[in-house]
Amino acid sequence: MSTHELIFAGLDGDRTWRLEDYVARGGYSALKKIINEKISPEDVIAEVKKSGLRGRGGAGFPTGLKWSFMPRAFPGAKYLACNSDEGEPGTFKDRDILRYNPHSVIEGMTIAAYAMGCERGYNYIHGEIFDVYQRFEEALAEARAAGFLGQNILGTDFGFELFAHHGYGAYICGEETALLESIEGKKGQPRFKPPFPASYGIYGKPTTINNTETFASVPFIINDGGEHFLNLGKPNNGGTKIFSVSGHVGRPGNYEVRLGTPFSELLALAGGVRGGRRLKAVIPGGSSAPVLPADIMMDCTMDYDSISKAGSMLGSGAVIVMDESTCMVKALERLSYFYFEESCGQCTPCREGTGWLYRVVHRIEHGKGRPEDLDLLNSVTANIMGRTICALGDAASMPVQSFVKHFGSEFEYHIEHKQCLVPADVQNEGSKIYVGPTC
Amino acid sequence: MLSQESLARIDVEVAKYPPEQKQSAVMGALRIAQEEKGWLANETIDFVARYLDMAPIAAFEVASFYNMYDIEPVGKHKITVCTNLPCALSGGVHAAEYIKQKLGIDFNETTADGKFTLKEGECMGACGDAPVLLVNNHRMCSWMTPEKIDQMLADLDK
Repeated sequence: MSTHELIFAGLDGDRTWRLEDYVARGGYSALKKIINEKISPEDVIAEVKKSGLRGRGGAGFPTGLKWSFMPRAFPGAKYLACNSDEGEPGTFKDRDILRYNPHSVIEGMTIAAYAMGCERGYNYIHGEIFDVYQRFEEALAEARAAGFLGQNILGTDFGFELFAHHGYGAYICGEETALLESIEGKKGQPRFKPPFPASYGIYGKPTTINNTETFASVPFIINDGGEHFLNLGKPNNGGTKIFSVSGHVGRPGNYEVRLGTPFSELLALAGGVRGGRRLKAVIPGGSSAPVLPADIMMDCTMDYDSISKAGSMLGSGAVIVMDESTCMVKALERLSYFYFEESCGQCTPCREGTGWLYRVVHRIEHGKGRPEDLDLLNSVTANIMGRTICALGDAASMPVQSFVKHFGSEFEYHIEHKQCLVPADVQNEGSKIYVGPTC
Repeated sequence: MLSQESLARIDVEVAKYPPEQKQSAVMGALRIAQEEKGWLANETIDFVARYLDMAPIAAFEVASFYNMYDIEPVGKHKITVCTNLPCALSGGVHAAEYIKQKLGIDFNETTADGKFTLKEGECMGACGDAPVLLVNNHRMCSWMTPEKIDQMLADLDK
């Protein structure tokens, strides 16, 4: 199977993030092509639409369509933002893109700015990867010095200024309107939509926000054509996708494969289930995506449509693998704590509801569950979902609903017997410190 | 209140935004202030707010919202260990327990000599490197086995 075909192609060596290396790999040729061949902004957007590229951050929205929402003729400032606030548990791909191939993101953003008429952009980088933020600043300086950013890019009258902005520890800022608030120097509480960012974004100006991997895909679409990119994947699911595989596998890490690759092949690439144990469950798209039992997962291919049909989401492409040593109640308890901790507190159903979810799962895990607790959990999730400004409430609810749906008997056993179905020593063995062979 | 060097670094942050949007630089400015002072006392936050022509309460909202800002004093070295699910499946909790036992403190505590503060972290976006921890917010340490933790603590203790 082909791996690392596009964004991760040729990234061996320790200077791959340098401009010189990027150019030697063919970097900035897409931007030059647009300038030299005078490709119109409309044609750039048409090519991106043709590619079937869908947002790589989690929602999977068609990128070309999103770009076409920008009021290009709107007089005054328009902004572009890159969402590198990668904090969805299980996701660690944008970190590697920015660490090893930051210029692909800069080139992709510059092309996007050209297509949408944006004069200024920000890359919002997760605060916890501060060294990556610093490296991106260096890459920006290189691109400016070489004329790929700034005023009069490549000697034309097209100008685009790009800057790095760091987060500092708030999961919610990965939500696009919270990210905008954060860029404005405020606490990251999501905005009510509409108005959508395309009409009211940074400083109230039209703004488009895409994920890091989405931007990094753009130069390949321009160079090789949208159709080529589409054909790498499958219809409606164009291109390659970077999957972050974590948890109970032999080789945790990032794997760039074609959309539509069978899950079993991805699992094999990541070294299979650790220690020869049996696969129990997989969260296929980051912690907010519904969990799927092993048998359903093994029949899936890794693309938006297949995972959606199976009842979950491809999300950010974060594949969290759990083997038979995992207590599903304990796993859910940790995730529920996360959403409780990270709720921004703005909407009552989420602020209060995430606390309820955590406390009820916590008491089940600690032998204090009550027979009515599973109904209570479902009732709380029903009262959160669809009743909040942003998707964090839904993101907190979907794990709860899916864990109870697929592993309800394990929760019932906990409630009835005040202990776990999986013996403590097995759990302990399965969760001990594991350092894979790639390190 | 802040050194000339910190102010110069804050000015670099301010220059990233339109002139009438200085408040956008508050996240960078508070980070720089914390690097200099060790933590963000109210008077430090007030100073940053005045420097950026924003209301002190607006700067305090930012400092208290984002969890990498410390609005209480911390030890000389703050260690934040990720125990979220993907890390926990590869030993994140075991690594945290090992550090607790080595330092004799629990999460959110500081050693008696003021050298180490231990925090429980949420996802740092490096799940493939589990167990993962941050030293003083900006240094990420990957694949932390007990041997590597011993070495790290010994180096920090020097």
